[in-house]
Amino acid sequence: MKNSLLNYTIHLADNAHILGHRLGEWCGHGPILEQDIAMTNISLDLIGQARSLYQYAAEIEGRGRTEDDIAYLRDAWDFRNVLLVEQPNGDFGKTMVRQFLFDAYNFLFYKELKNSNDQQLAAIAEKSLKEVTYHQRFSSEWVIRLGDGTEVSHEKVQNALNDLWMYTGELFVMNDFEKDMTNNGTGVDLEKLKPLWQEKVDYILKTATLAKPQNDWMQSGGKTGRHSEHLGFILAEMQFMQKTYPGQVW
Amino acid sequence: MKNNWPLWEVFIRSKQGLHHKHAGSLHAADAQMAIENARDVYTRRNEGISIWVVESDKITASKPEENPELFEPAADKIYRHPTFYDMPDEVKHM
Amino acid sequence: MADLNSLEAKFQEKIDNEIKIEPKDWMPEKYRQTLIRQISQHAHSEVVGMLPEGNWITRAPSLRRKVALLAKIQDEAGHGLYLYSAAETLGVERDDLIEQLHTGKAKYSSIFNYPTLTWADIGAVGWLVDGAAIMNQVMLTRTSYGPYSRAMVRICKEESFHQRQGYEILLTLSRGSEDQKRMLQDAVNRFWWPSLMMFGPSDKDSVHTAQAMKWKIKRKTNDELRQQFVDVCVDQARILGVTLPDPNLKWNEERGHYDFSEIDWDEFWNVVKGNGPCNKQRMDARIKAHEEGAWVREAAMAYAEKQAKRRKEETTQVA
Repeated sequence: MKNSLLNYTIHLADNAHILGHRLGEWCGHGPILEQDIAMTNISLDLIGQARSLYQYAAEIEGRGRTEDDIAYLRDAWDFRNVLLVEQPNGDFGKTMVRQFLFDAYNFLFYKELKNSNDQQLAAIAEKSLKEVTYHQRFSSEWVIRLGDGTEVSHEKVQNALNDLWMYTGELFVMNDFEKDMTNNGTGVDLEKLKPLWQEKVDYILKTATLAKPQNDWMQSGGKTGRHSEHLGFILAEMQFMQKTYPGQVW
Repeated sequence: MKNNWPLWEVFIRSKQGLHHKHAGSLHAADAQMAIENARDVYTRRNEGISIWVVESDKITASKPEENPELFEPAADKIYRHPTFYDMPDEVKHM
Repeated sequence: MADLNSLEAKFQEKIDNEIKIEPKDWMPEKYRQTLIRQISQHAHSEVVGMLPEGNWITRAPSLRRKVALLAKIQDEAGHGLYLYSAAETLGVERDDLIEQLHTGKAKYSSIFNYPTLTWADIGAVGWLVDGAAIMNQVMLTRTSYGPYSRAMVRICKEESFHQRQGYEILLTLSRGSEDQKRMLQDAVNRFWWPSLMMFGPSDKDSVHTAQAMKWKIKRKTNDELRQQFVDVCVDQARILGVTLPDPNLKWNEERGHYDFSEIDWDEFWNVVKGNGPCNKQRMDARIKAHEEGAWVREAAMAYAEKQAKRRKEETTQVA
């Protein structure tokens, strides 16, 4: 059980961390200063969430490791984030679609996790929910704007949506550690979230005049450590200092 | 195509009980976005609990060259100020 | 013409009496142009300045360092924004200013044309580059143009953590391994002289200084600020245990200041002209971000217009 709780916490931390990292790549390159600042805010929220979760994971593990040990000293197969969050930024439209698909899930998720019988997770959820509520609002609005904006923007976000759609199934596939956590009242039953997520996504896509992709083949593997090729490159960059100069204080 | 986002003026209330105060300006495509941009740009350090935005060109301002007729006539109406009136020292707190 | 003269005299009188100039006030055209040039140059510097530090966001060595760096670079975007806003009160549009940057008509601080090669550079940028910038910015909080002065007050408030952040990075390195100490010294070696160059040409070669001082746009000369910067850095360097790369740096009892070597002005002018290590990369990155963002900005505007039209139709139908 302790192992499941650890994996569960790391899974949540990795989701936030990797997505926060991706958004951080935008800093200085946004389409306009105002949106550059906005994306960094979301990135900071997410990395902040990841830190709380890694710290808790270190505590559960009880081996004296730190948040950074967990973040920087694992290889891709030990990362438990969903595939969606590690997908490359692409253009601003793709980043917003990725963000929206994840935010819509994350919002529902934290809303439930607030009721966890694990007090630490419940507290993190409570704090994160406020941030995620704003993220969802922000990314939904952008998906609508771009979908219902110009012909060019419509086509770009539609393509992005088509590309990213196959990574959404995994959000709701429960792995062993998630089942364990749901059974003992700590985790969130993802099956229950799925119809709510569908409803939200349908509504936003419709408002954005975007067509819901029809392909139902879904990729999965992130939660068990089988990632897309992208994660390795993220880690190569992210962990460069820690790997080149092991054991130093920064 | 040149179709820039309009400029908005941002007013922030820093805490309950205080006026909204001009914080600065920014660009946004619409009012909703202006509020959100203002939140991200001007309240990153807990500076606010309420935001007003208004498109800059919707503001009507007085002209500096009208200052003599607008504002200077108020300068000599000293009877509007409490210090204009003599009070004996015994009268406290009035 | 007499009119213009008396307006100018009144204007100068206000300046002399420390009365701030506000956007709608009469001002000499040259004052307006000087401000537009200086404020936009300052704004461009903030925005281009995001790039060298941005290099290290994805490679920051700890999560704590990563959030601090992100927040700092985000502040710089904010500062760019405040400054563009201040410039816009003078009757120019941000987009035109950005175009001037992208076509090379407008300048930005040359320091950002130097590369950030190691993590220690992020510390050195914070300590030296932000340190030099703050000297200048504190002075500018008292500048004569109201919107510029207000923007600078806000910026200075926010900047105060930037230099500390950089110094703390270096302090940590100074207490670390041989590799870390080497990284630290190397970064200081590379950033020391370019930081001194940030104050601009020597007073005797500065074409703008005299008029800018008279109008109180600037309140101290380039050389005064540079000296002030050198004086404070010496002790800070000692605490870090680094050597500032100048054999002639020594205390001058008589002047009450540190003496230092002549700046390599050839290098300075060369980088200004576009021949620094990263001039091209920096401009390419800015132009790319702007051009690739064009469809996003257009779409948002198109959507806003559609929405406004829809709302109007709804009201007409109700009526």
